[in-house]
Amino acid sequence: MIDARGLSCPIPVVMVQKEVKKNSPDELQVKVDSMVCVENISRYAHLQKYEVSYEEQDGEYIITLKK
Amino acid sequence: MTKKINLWVIVTGVAVGVAALILTAFGNPANMGFCIACFLRDIAGATKLHSAAVVQYIRPEIIGLVLGSTIMAVCTKQFKAKAGSSPATRFILGAFVMIGALVFLGCPLRMVIRMGGGDVNAFVGLAGFAIGILIGIFFLKKGFTLKRSYTVANSEGIALPGLMIGLLVLMIAVPTIFVFSESGPGSKHAPLVLSLVIALLIGALAQISRLCMVGGMRDAVMFRDFNLISGFVAIFVTILVGNVILGNFKGFSTYLQPIAHASQLWNLLGMVLVGWGSVLLGGCPLRQLILAGEGNGDSAVTVLGMIIGAAFAHNFGLAGAAAKLEEDGTYNAGGIATAGKIAVAIGFAVLLIISVVNTVKAKKKEKEAEKA
Repeated sequence: MIDARGLSCPIPVVMVQKEVKKNSPDELQVKVDSMVCVENISRYAHLQKYEVSYEEQDGEYIITLKK
Repeated sequence: MTKKINLWVIVTGVAVGVAALILTAFGNPANMGFCIACFLRDIAGATKLHSAAVVQYIRPEIIGLVLGSTIMAVCTKQFKAKAGSSPATRFILGAFVMIGALVFLGCPLRMVIRMGGGDVNAFVGLAGFAIGILIGIFFLKKGFTLKRSYTVANSEGIALPGLMIGLLVLMIAVPTIFVFSESGPGSKHAPLVLSLVIALLIGALAQISRLCMVGGMRDAVMFRDFNLISGFVAIFVTILVGNVILGNFKGFSTYLQPIAHASQLWNLLGMVLVGWGSVLLGGCPLRQLILAGEGNGDSAVTVLGMIIGAAFAHNFGLAGAAAKLEEDGTYNAGGIATAGKIAVAIGFAVLLIISVVNTVKAKKKEKEAEKA
């Protein structure tokens, strides 16, 4: 799981991009702590043909990307 | 939320364009309906942080943008007090972004507004802005980060919104404690209530849409994500069409544009500094105001850095001088004094150090993590 909590825009998306380019995972989870990050990662993931879902826990979000 | 283009971004872009046209029609300086750098500089002047007599006014637009963001963030439960991501570095970056903007004579938002007004000097600025963004992207791809922020007490999150409320109260209750320009750009302003209400609406919209001038180009280049850049285009088109309809548009030219100079090298370099610094900060000056409104203490520090940068720019003669017609009718293209040129050079050196140091550190940490 990528922990991108507290990182400002667009670092969390850069982290996801690096992982996708390096390992092309079928499933990837990312932990963030703002809705902006959820939106940005979701847009990037959709462009990479991933299905995206997320759940909120105590102000933090776990985003799941699936091929 | 995950559509390729979020309609809110375009709505906000159009709203910003319309707001700029309305505020200009009601008294704000030409091609300066909304300029974050100029308005923070005016606030720095009104609070006597600098003494340039022509640029001093408590701009309600800044107050409204921050508070509009705060209100919307509270209503949508997105207000979160966070801080701790290299605040001193952000302060310095904010100051140099401001110096770059005042060398060019406008923040990225005013750059787009100037472009829509037919100011070709601003297109040169756009080229510089793009170059700066590309430099910033280079370091982002190499691993640049100002590290993470943490949840902090709400008192940290409400620092800048509180400061804005304080400024508004003082401006209404005891305006004599401030200095207001009697001539020049600082003396030109729309009525307080109109400016405030419009800015509150734009602040709320910008909070929803995440509109960001630097984010548009950055995301398009890095991720082929054209969401934010659609807001950038919407502002330009709205301003251009609005100026044509209102009869303000006189064609595209570099000659004698409102509060602009034709020293193209410095239009370019000033905006390189703004683009690069804004990418490192994670957002343009407008976005920093909106983030500060949402409770981001790091962005609040950045805004304070921008205010101090503006004070330095005018106390030390770093800002650009606008083109003008002299009394004998000769054309003065305006430009930058030597001090301003040196400040831009120092700015590049500082940004390079910040970029390299924070990239190397991140790389080292990454390698250590891989070993573990």
